[in-house]
Amino acid sequence: MELAFTPDEIAFQNEVRAFLAAHLTPDIKRSHALTPSVFSDPPVGNHWQKLLYAKGWAAPLWPKEYGGAGWTLAQRYIWEVESALAGAPSVTPMGLRMVGPVIMKFGTQAQKDFYLPRILKAEDYWCQGYSEPGSGSDLASLKTRAVRDGDHYVINGSKIWTTHAHYANRMFALVRTSDEGKKQDGISFILIDMDTPGISVRPILTIGGDHEVNQVFFDDVRVPVANRVGAEGQGWSYGKYLLEFERGGAMSSGRLRGALRHVEKIAAHYRDGERPLIEDPAISLRLSQVEIDIDALEMTELRIMSSLQTGQNPGSVSSSLAKLRNSEIKQAITSLAVDVLGEDALVWEPRRPLYELNEPLPLEEDAITALPEYLNGRAYTIFGGTSEVQRDIIAKVVIGL
Amino acid sequence: MNLGYSDEQRLLSESANNLLAARAQKKDARDLWAEMAELGWLAMPLPESHDGLGQGAVDVAILTEAFGRHLASTDYAPRIVLCGGLVAAIGSDAQKAALLPALATGMAKPALAHAEENARHDRAHVATQAARTAGGWRLSGDKIGVLGAAPDRFIVSARIAGSLRDRSGIGLFLVPADARGLRVLSHATVDGGQASRIELKDVELPADALLGANENAFEALDRAVDQAIAAWCAECVGLMEAATAATVDYTKIRIQFGKPLAVNQALRHRIADMSIQCEEGRSMALRAALYADSADAGARARAISGAWAKIAKSARFVAEQAIQLHGGMGVTNELDIGMYLKRVVALEAIVGGADRHLRRHAALSAAARAA
Repeated sequence: MELAFTPDEIAFQNEVRAFLAAHLTPDIKRSHALTPSVFSDPPVGNHWQKLLYAKGWAAPLWPKEYGGAGWTLAQRYIWEVESALAGAPSVTPMGLRMVGPVIMKFGTQAQKDFYLPRILKAEDYWCQGYSEPGSGSDLASLKTRAVRDGDHYVINGSKIWTTHAHYANRMFALVRTSDEGKKQDGISFILIDMDTPGISVRPILTIGGDHEVNQVFFDDVRVPVANRVGAEGQGWSYGKYLLEFERGGAMSSGRLRGALRHVEKIAAHYRDGERPLIEDPAISLRLSQVEIDIDALEMTELRIMSSLQTGQNPGSVSSSLAKLRNSEIKQAITSLAVDVLGEDALVWEPRRPLYELNEPLPLEEDAITALPEYLNGRAYTIFGGTSEVQRDIIAKVVIGL
Repeated sequence: MNLGYSDEQRLLSESANNLLAARAQKKDARDLWAEMAELGWLAMPLPESHDGLGQGAVDVAILTEAFGRHLASTDYAPRIVLCGGLVAAIGSDAQKAALLPALATGMAKPALAHAEENARHDRAHVATQAARTAGGWRLSGDKIGVLGAAPDRFIVSARIAGSLRDRSGIGLFLVPADARGLRVLSHATVDGGQASRIELKDVELPADALLGANENAFEALDRAVDQAIAAWCAECVGLMEAATAATVDYTKIRIQFGKPLAVNQALRHRIADMSIQCEEGRSMALRAALYADSADAGARARAISGAWAKIAKSARFVAEQAIQLHGGMGVTNELDIGMYLKRVVALEAIVGGADRHLRRHAALSAAARAA
């Protein structure tokens, strides 16, 4: 067992650094840094994904036959850490990490041939149709209905918290195709073209002032039966597979480390009298506490990936734990950043996108996103299964009752 | 980078856990120390040049994790990792030859006498004085928290030069248990072990009593203590997992209000939190072990204090909640659930609490930023 990199791994690290130096322009970095929402703004993330695609690095987790990078654990880790610390945007997980693996595993050959290259090249932008106004944590109670009519399903209902639905051209959705049996059994997994007549999108502004999520309405929306993935009524199990894949492949500690470095940077600028805030004993202890929490999460993620690579199942305890801790640590970082702002936490800038504003901002660029990030960041412990749901999952595995 | 355990490491874990589980069932188990010597466990981290096996901190952690799981609160870390590590690191050839093979066979039972009143885990706090004499050295001072039952000799830290809490000017002296002027006051420890306070009053020592003739032993001492902490981190992981498992079993069979305790969501979430602490503790203990032998002293110290800051808190939480979820029985000696907490309290007293190590981590981080 060894943490140190081999000569090959060091060579890869140098290759990554050279790539970032060449392609991660100040403009891209600035656009990413000035985006206070949870995900990168679609144009920013998409542009970055196209650059990665050209290098063959768009899909670290995909098998090589589908255009994946074919990276080892160490390469994956090096990439995540280097790109996060360099301030690179994140690419949307909706295609590459969510619907892509489901199509790969359960889709028809025609679906694979059509969708997978488009995901890889960032030609399609996907959104996720899971939650509904009446179905949050209890997702299986979802009511958006797909009724068979010849070669089509006719869909009626509504989805909510749909990230980037206002930008996406495609949605993967869980819809109800039957009321028979258990509520999980009547659900199907379907791919919807967002241009289909009958779809309307209502923006929902978050407390940080960002337009990231939406409510989507379906009014007699006709979707070809050929757009269903896998068998009718099996959608729940595909949705669960998607979640396992997503959580199992998470390597979020690099981004947390980048976010912490940013807080350290602003804590070095802000002063309490003559003293830089970073020298305040209370602040420096909190910085250490977060750093230690990131170290623990990083090691947990490396352990999960290591067991995945040797064909062992890391178990749902560790994947729920990684989600839980990532979200809690992210919130601790954003909260610390707001405390560093002090009096400046009063300043509110409602205009978006910040990176396109051409006049002076009311705060320094490196401080202006702290407050909206903190506010938007309250969502981390809610989306993707709340912290309470994660604890339910862990308890069920550990207790077995 | 490679984070997989080898087949040998898996086997070591299995045999250590099996052996300790079997011993717990036996009334007339043999002396554990002798058994460990036979199995080669005592030789594991000692250098191959002196009858050791030259194994690293990850292997030691596999062993101490098993100690924690089975509450086999042995003298392993203080005797083998601390004393053995110090002699191997800075001892002269003669000192190594005299001590290391005897440690491996279980014959030698040294104890490190370093901590003092008011040191509060500052490792450079050494008030005990070493004065040069015509024939060698004269030591005077008091030591506390000297771990282990019936030591046959002590490795005593004493100040040769400098003032209290200076890192330079600290030497380590080999002092036989029957030295004149040495008074050993043994006491029981909270976790069921043995330790002592010792008083040195004008203890005369030969010149070669100074370990490795090294008058600046702080760096070696700091490293050995960090390595022992890595071993204790792993012990806490075993201990936390055992306490959590016992708690899960209990809440499943204990019926109140007509149903098992374990169906209540408040308790389920508590158990989830205990499991989370176990997993994070496992990650941090592994991290500590992977850094324990690092040549980069700053990185090592930061990783070790970071791990302990996390694990001390986690282990305290898990051990306290294990008692809470066992209800009134948890507070009694009729169950051994309280033993987990006692061991955690002992380790915090030995190593320092989470706050102490968080401060050390923050100071090291500030130094790294300034560099």
